[in-house]
Amino acid sequence: MDFVRNTNIDFMSKRRIAFVISVVLAVIGLIAAVSIPLGKANLSIDFEGGVAVQFRFEQPIEIDKMRTVLAEKGFKDANLQQFAEPTKLLVKLKGGEGDLRAVSNSIGSAFTESMPGNPFIIDSTSEVGPTVGRKLQKDALWAVIVALIGILLYVAWRFELRFGVAAVIATFHDVLAVLGIFFLLDKEMSLLIVTALLTVAGYSLTDTVVVFDRIRENMRKKAKGDFAALLNRSVNEVLSRTIVTSSTTLLAALSLTFLGGEVIHDFALALSLGVVVGTFSSVFVASPLLLLWKNKKKPALAKA
Amino acid sequence: MRSIFWRVILVAGFTALAFILFLPSTPVSKRLPSFWADNIPKINLGLDLQGGMHLVLDVDQDKAVENHTQRLAGSVEDALKRKGVAFYNVVREGLDNVAVSYPDERSKGEISRVVKDELGVFGSPADQNGRLLFTLDKGESERIREWSLFQALETIRNRIDKFGVAEPLIQKQGVNEVVVQLPGLKDPERAIQLIGKTAVLEFRLVDESMSPYTAETQGAPFGSEIVYQQGYDSQTGMVQKTPFLVKRDAALTGDSLSDARMAFDTQYNEPYVSLTFDSNGARVFERLTTQNVGKRLAIVLDGNLHSAPQIREPIAGGKAQISGGFTPEEATDLAIILRAGALPAPVNIVQNVTVGPSLGQDSIEAGLKAGLLGAALVLVFMIIYYRASGVIADFAVFLNIIMLLGAMAWLSSTLTLPGIAGIVLTIGMGVDSNVLIFERIKEELHAGRTPRSAINAGFDRAFWSIVDAHVTTLITAAVLFQFGSGPIKGFAVTLSLGILINLFTALVGTKLMFDIQSERFRVKRLSI
Repeated sequence: MDFVRNTNIDFMSKRRIAFVISVVLAVIGLIAAVSIPLGKANLSIDFEGGVAVQFRFEQPIEIDKMRTVLAEKGFKDANLQQFAEPTKLLVKLKGGEGDLRAVSNSIGSAFTESMPGNPFIIDSTSEVGPTVGRKLQKDALWAVIVALIGILLYVAWRFELRFGVAAVIATFHDVLAVLGIFFLLDKEMSLLIVTALLTVAGYSLTDTVVVFDRIRENMRKKAKGDFAALLNRSVNEVLSRTIVTSSTTLLAALSLTFLGGEVIHDFALALSLGVVVGTFSSVFVASPLLLLWKNKKKPALAKA
Repeated sequence: MRSIFWRVILVAGFTALAFILFLPSTPVSKRLPSFWADNIPKINLGLDLQGGMHLVLDVDQDKAVENHTQRLAGSVEDALKRKGVAFYNVVREGLDNVAVSYPDERSKGEISRVVKDELGVFGSPADQNGRLLFTLDKGESERIREWSLFQALETIRNRIDKFGVAEPLIQKQGVNEVVVQLPGLKDPERAIQLIGKTAVLEFRLVDESMSPYTAETQGAPFGSEIVYQQGYDSQTGMVQKTPFLVKRDAALTGDSLSDARMAFDTQYNEPYVSLTFDSNGARVFERLTTQNVGKRLAIVLDGNLHSAPQIREPIAGGKAQISGGFTPEEATDLAIILRAGALPAPVNIVQNVTVGPSLGQDSIEAGLKAGLLGAALVLVFMIIYYRASGVIADFAVFLNIIMLLGAMAWLSSTLTLPGIAGIVLTIGMGVDSNVLIFERIKEELHAGRTPRSAINAGFDRAFWSIVDAHVTTLITAAVLFQFGSGPIKGFAVTLSLGILINLFTALVGTKLMFDIQSERFRVKRLSI
């Protein structure tokens, strides 16, 4: 069975349209990235400090009533979120100053007092102090930077510097794109999302490297025609693999998104988006970038 | 490794080893012979899967230095008195200074000399009109900071060991933090109480020269201070604070305890904590009670007065008790805390993540269901798309998962929910290596090669793509491992192991199946 075979799509000619899409995605991502330190993004308590308590009540609850109950007790800024089950409620209070234990305890007692007929158990509690949050923000930033540098070095060493740079730009683009989409969806940026972003970086890079590998191979053959034609041919040759791999990975990521439960929902969603964006970027971003940076000298690709 | 036979042995051997390693981690373990189940390391379930508590405690090292300096101030005073050097007073100032006021130039020199000879931990004193300011050596205060962290670690470990939690993890993080993980914990509130108590126990004589209420308004006399007893009125639910005027110096501290246990007072039907002093403590206690019959002795824990019984007669034998409206749990926990010793400095909880057992159960179910479905979809897709070769790819993925589980058990790594996602992702990406190989083989077949040479060429051509793709993913996994904590570390471990194992299963396992096909069965047409 073949989805595609012997295609001859002129990907490079569409690079301007793709460029517009990429720039839009990247700009949204940049806005999101800038919003985080400015405190405008929806950061989880991992990064901001605060309290998150997840309740499971005996009887179904109405979220508006719960909001009123909390507001009366002085928790006006509480963020309430209900899951698929009507008995589950997540209460978040950002900004971690003072005695966080006391805060989470008093949220619980507010419910006990106001609704004695509907007892609950606490499914999970997170209390994160402000210093921990700031430290994690810094760590996460470093993780992304170190990962990108590591990738740049490896790809530059295995291929050429311009391949490395193109791979890093494409990878960075993907991370930004997923970040941007999450920002638009007003999803919460948590530690788990940073993990997903780094995994997306790894995945998108795999895709890019496979295409680059083919480009390098074709460059060695010293084929006729210009570089753009060579890039097109290379992308077409691996297109079949790109589609199969993206489909299988997407299948896995989507099933985690829809069935994996609340804890990993956003994580899996970021992975799914990353697969789509990563596939797009390896075809439409990474390879065209090589065109922008023409090698003046004849490439000396004798090694490896 | 040209011979198929030896490669079959290799792959089968690894698979068998993986089975031996991971079976004890599964529910099957109950039916395995005990020498097998008991001697093999197991995969741990992360807190997100089994519930439990993750605490990050910040040790207040400044306070440790301050406490130490306070004690040194006492030693300085003692030393000066012993040597008969004249001085006005000795006080601790700030974190690490001891200030000594001197009456004249002559005693100034003597003070300096005595402190230098007796306590070599200060640098040269600064002279501030009429006072000598001794500052603790930088090296010494660093040592105290470091020591306070290790001491806190040890104390917390002792308390938790006595509390009885299976497989707790207690380790240092950074320069001033302690991480405590208590999997499967039922009563998080109690654990926090247990871990967080500084537990500085002091026996102090009550100063009866003035009524505590007078002292509250007029100030306590020299050498005494006011300490409150927090009473909890069970009828009104109000907390009452009763002031006591007690001596500033502790007559005896918790350091002198050799044992503490919960006991039951049958007369009042009330639990109390029974204390046993070590031989030195017992002597001090006997002397103290002998000299102060009729007076009251306050028992102060972490600055709160618990009880202040009257000394009716000298108490020999080194036994004492703390009573005062405890529940049996409170008394047990207090005994644990006293037995494990005091924390060298207060600790603050800077991060607390607690997952209830029922959420863990839900997460396992949802995660496994999604994971299994995702894996099944991928496997079925491969068979539909690549036919018999798809079966080979599935076989390689199957080997990958078995070996991944085996490796995880071998390293006793922790399986977390993101870890399950990592396994599923490994399947998705593990399939990729096979796809790369298959597509190459297809190309070679289209170019008119025989199956056997197409297979060999396909593997050769795909080899570097596979390696490059794996190494780059490994780089991000390594970064995740380096900076991540808890569930994220779990994800990074699973992902890296999966990637490494996949290199083996794709390049050796898949190749082996193709070689068997082409060399043993001499297949004319590849089903791919």
